[in-house]
Amino acid sequence: MSDPSAAGVGEKAAVQVSIDGSLVSARPGELIIEVAERAGVYIPRFCYHPHMEPVGMCRMCLVEVSGPRGFSLQPACFTRVAEGQEILTRSAPARKAQEGVLEFLLLNHPLDCPVCDKGGECPLQDQALSHGPGESRFLEEKRHWAKPIEIGPLVYLDRERCIQCARCTRFAEEVAGEAQIDFLGRGDHIEVAPFTSVPFGSYFSGNTVQICPVGALTSPAYRFKARPWDLEQVETTCTTCALGCRMVAQSSAGALVRNLGVDCVPVNQSWLCDKGRYGFEAVASPARLTTPLVRHEGELVPASWHDAIGVLADEARRARSSARGSAIGVIGGARLSNEDAYAWSKLARAVLGTDSLDAQLGDGLPAELVLGLPRATIDEACSARAVLLLAGDLREELPVLYLRLRAAARSRVALVECSPVPTSLSPLAEVLLRHRPGEVAQLVAALAPGAQAQSEAAGVGAAEIEAARALLAGAPGGEEAGEGRHSLHGAGVVVVLGRQSTAESAAAVAESAALLHEALPDARFLPALCRGNVLGALDMGLSPGVLPGRVALGEGREWYSRAWGAELPAARGLDTEGMLRAAAAGELEMLLLLGADPLQDFPDRRLAREALEGVGFLVSVGTHADASCELADLVLPVAGDAERAGTTTNVEGRVSRLAQKVVPPGRAWPAWVVAAELARRLGSDLGLDGVEGITEEISRLAPAYRGLDPVLLGSPAARDGVVVPLPPGHVPSRGPAVPRRIDPVATPGIASVEEQGAPMRAGAAEPPAGEHLDGASPAPRRFEEPAVDRPPVLSAPPPLGLPAPPRLDAYSQRLVVRRRLYEGGTLVSKSPSLAPLEPRAELSAHPAELARLGLGDGDRARVRSARGELVVPVAADEHLERGVVVLSAGSGGSASELIDASAAVNDVRLETL
Amino acid sequence: MGHLGEEQLERARRLIALYPERRSALIPLCHLAQAQHGWLTPEAIEDIAGLLGITPAEVQGTASFYDMLHTEPVGRHVVAVCTNIACMLAGAYELLEHAEAHLGVHVGQTTEDGEFTLEESECLAGCDIAPCAQVNHRFFGPLDEAGFDALVAELRAGTLSEVVPPHGVLCRVERAVGLLAHRQEGPGDGAAEEGGAGGEGLGGGPGGGGARP
Repeated sequence: MSDPSAAGVGEKAAVQVSIDGSLVSARPGELIIEVAERAGVYIPRFCYHPHMEPVGMCRMCLVEVSGPRGFSLQPACFTRVAEGQEILTRSAPARKAQEGVLEFLLLNHPLDCPVCDKGGECPLQDQALSHGPGESRFLEEKRHWAKPIEIGPLVYLDRERCIQCARCTRFAEEVAGEAQIDFLGRGDHIEVAPFTSVPFGSYFSGNTVQICPVGALTSPAYRFKARPWDLEQVETTCTTCALGCRMVAQSSAGALVRNLGVDCVPVNQSWLCDKGRYGFEAVASPARLTTPLVRHEGELVPASWHDAIGVLADEARRARSSARGSAIGVIGGARLSNEDAYAWSKLARAVLGTDSLDAQLGDGLPAELVLGLPRATIDEACSARAVLLLAGDLREELPVLYLRLRAAARSRVALVECSPVPTSLSPLAEVLLRHRPGEVAQLVAALAPGAQAQSEAAGVGAAEIEAARALLAGAPGGEEAGEGRHSLHGAGVVVVLGRQSTAESAAAVAESAALLHEALPDARFLPALCRGNVLGALDMGLSPGVLPGRVALGEGREWYSRAWGAELPAARGLDTEGMLRAAAAGELEMLLLLGADPLQDFPDRRLAREALEGVGFLVSVGTHADASCELADLVLPVAGDAERAGTTTNVEGRVSRLAQKVVPPGRAWPAWVVAAELARRLGSDLGLDGVEGITEEISRLAPAYRGLDPVLLGSPAARDGVVVPLPPGHVPSRGPAVPRRIDPVATPGIASVEEQGAPMRAGAAEPPAGEHLDGASPAPRRFEEPAVDRPPVLSAPPPLGLPAPPRLDAYSQRLVVRRRLYEGGTLVSKSPSLAPLEPRAELSAHPAELARLGLGDGDRARVRSARGELVVPVAADEHLERGVVVLSAGSGGSASELIDASAAVNDVRLETL
Repeated sequence: MGHLGEEQLERARRLIALYPERRSALIPLCHLAQAQHGWLTPEAIEDIAGLLGITPAEVQGTASFYDMLHTEPVGRHVVAVCTNIACMLAGAYELLEHAEAHLGVHVGQTTEDGEFTLEESECLAGCDIAPCAQVNHRFFGPLDEAGFDALVAELRAGTLSEVVPPHGVLCRVERAVGLLAHRQEGPGDGAAEEGGAGGEGLGGGPGGGGARP
């Protein structure tokens, strides 16, 4: 793939070629088009895409290449460089070929640019101008086909415009791994088509719209909404899941209209999932909260910020002075920026005097574990010798990580999947460890190099365990015998660590991780937590017992007490489950929800409901009106995605910048301002005066974020974000910022939308961090480091030992809950494009189990647990083990009705209606 | 209803086993399905996709590329009139016009009784018998208007049923050894049978002179 830094153009391995007369050195085997691009020579192209295999289909990139028999025309995207080659990209024969190809491509093209969404940013338009003949000899009537064809819920096809470059079909097959579209027919009748009964419903379908070099594929969300030259754009990070894909958010007339993936090589490599791409619609949803609401005589009525914060301050004062220990709890924060999260963490501990705060809603992992384990980057996972998957279905939870791992598995990395049920990556796994639900720790114990061999564990056979153990240990023989596959790459093991199912407690996964860390000390971990900026929130201390910068409460208390000028609570607070239990028992005076909706998101809905009804005073600080808002005594509107600047931290610990593009609706405030204002009304000063100031404070105080100041974040070296903690002695590079191509298919050298569009960061009401890069340094801040030793960052907790979960009784089935990308959260339900895609909840079981109960595929059945019951359709799945049922989340029934959050595993019984 | 039958599934599995890559069996499987139903039903396409581990869209894409694979229902006899240069000079367009009038359908359509589908074809490599037509992969020519009417009458009457198989496509696979090769698996069955003409009874092949009247 093209690497602008030309890293790896090694001294000894390089070959010399001449391009249009100038000598260029290249890696052997590099494509001519990539070498030319690095040398600043643009070769026209349509089918070429740097992140897909070359096919040489469109012939647009024909150039003259010297060979044994003289010069010949070769496709530059398909021909690899060889020593001494001469390449002519603009010679008369090359130009004639390029012009001829373009004239051919335009024969059947309707030339309806004035009404085409692509007009103004269209590679065909641009290259017709720069590399085309200028005149067409085609005088006949053009073809007329019905349009648009809805080939999928999020993709419309205009067949007349298609130039058959196959980028979309190749993406579907090669990158997404689901060829739901393919060419139909032949010759000039060729068209892109899905199979009649299977629409193009891939989670990644929006990428085909982005990479279509003409206006053949368009998305209903953007169709006819704007013209490219009217768009404003900022580069920012998607916070839909925790992977942190870089993208540009584009707006027209003050409203978001489109997101495009950015070619951020270490993270998303230009791809986005459709949820991230189209979720922006929720920003302008009518369900947005626009004004503070105070409950008055049972009704939520609009109030001024002054009054609302006044009510909140009075209640907080009363709660704080109550006799009980954990009087105030804070749940949520995964939707906040790091700066917002830091402000709330500081407020809660230094002003409200509570350590009961938790960004995870019982569906995550213990913070000490996640923050303490040695962290892997995505690139490390994709180049490891072996990746142990100990998580849910990544395609549903972290879709672009699924794409990266899928590509890695296809090329070289051995996947070992540890899962009670099949996942999207199962077909690519080298070893499948189908263990009994809830017994993952017993299985992992058997994987350790020293464990007793020749025995089965947790329902997995000895042969599989042995195979997995060999891969994880990197058996010396195996590495040599691997035909270069594992010897080329593969330092070490990366564990993708997440919750396999919310129907099991996190303890088993935590124990597994601790065991793996002990057994494989060099293994690194990639947490597969999926909620927005959850990793940033944990890093900022939104978890009991953890202070900002990955520090344990005991070790960092003195540091932060001095830095913040207030005595921090000494005792570890409650996590979400603990807070909800306390609230349900009437022992919590006040509960603040930071963009969290426990009724929707906490795995145990009964507990959530009892808690929200039982708490003394319920405050919802959020962006959208959700179910929990209905019960709140006070509702405060805050700025959400694309409405505020700041930073976010992804699963690797990569900190990247969030940019503001639009103005928050109504009177919504940035969340950190709410925290600062509440502190002020309580007689304290958080000392926060702006996002950049908070970034600065974090970089000085939070150990894991040390040195990550706004200057570094704004530097060119931080374009793809910066992984924390920084290596010791890190000196940020301060070279000039190089404008980046938003999209690898854009055509540089041609005045396309990027050059015409507003500069990055335009429209930011608040200057993002690093704005001072070129000019004056940030205003000096009154800031002194505490005169105590900087606390160390967390290390992983040791294994504790874990009993196996209770045996299954003869009439029950062990429940596994499978999350799904489009299950109905706020973002999906408030985005008009995504809301109709929410799937129905469904229970799958082995056909024999269904037959035993007289149930057929598609019948409705009653699922009963000790906690509650649910009526859902059932589906037969022969890949499941007997005794295991999978509840796939969706509308018409939530697993949280069935789950007891305190149980190690949850069992259910199936009944006919 | 349009699914592959038990026998076809069994033969499909044996066909797949012949190739190092499963998807290489795609076209033989399409022929197999077409031999069963006369065309590639959506159900059969799904079955093939499932057998090969690819998507129905890919099967449909490949099948739609080839003229002799039908993704829509066709008549019992697919009559393709060649209009390429040799046949054109010998009056192919006039023949085609006559065929349309005689059958009462346009090119690409099927007669109401489901007997005939009329197609226009590129060169059928029957220039020596121009203008020629192909019926279920058997060749007839030179055809004048009366000859065409006679051919249609004979096909309708079933008197050519020995020469023209009901769905001729499979013979090509048979002849290309595809469906016969599995016989080699059995003990004692040598490669001798491979070259044997006829195979499973759909013998003959494209260009077989025997079909010329």
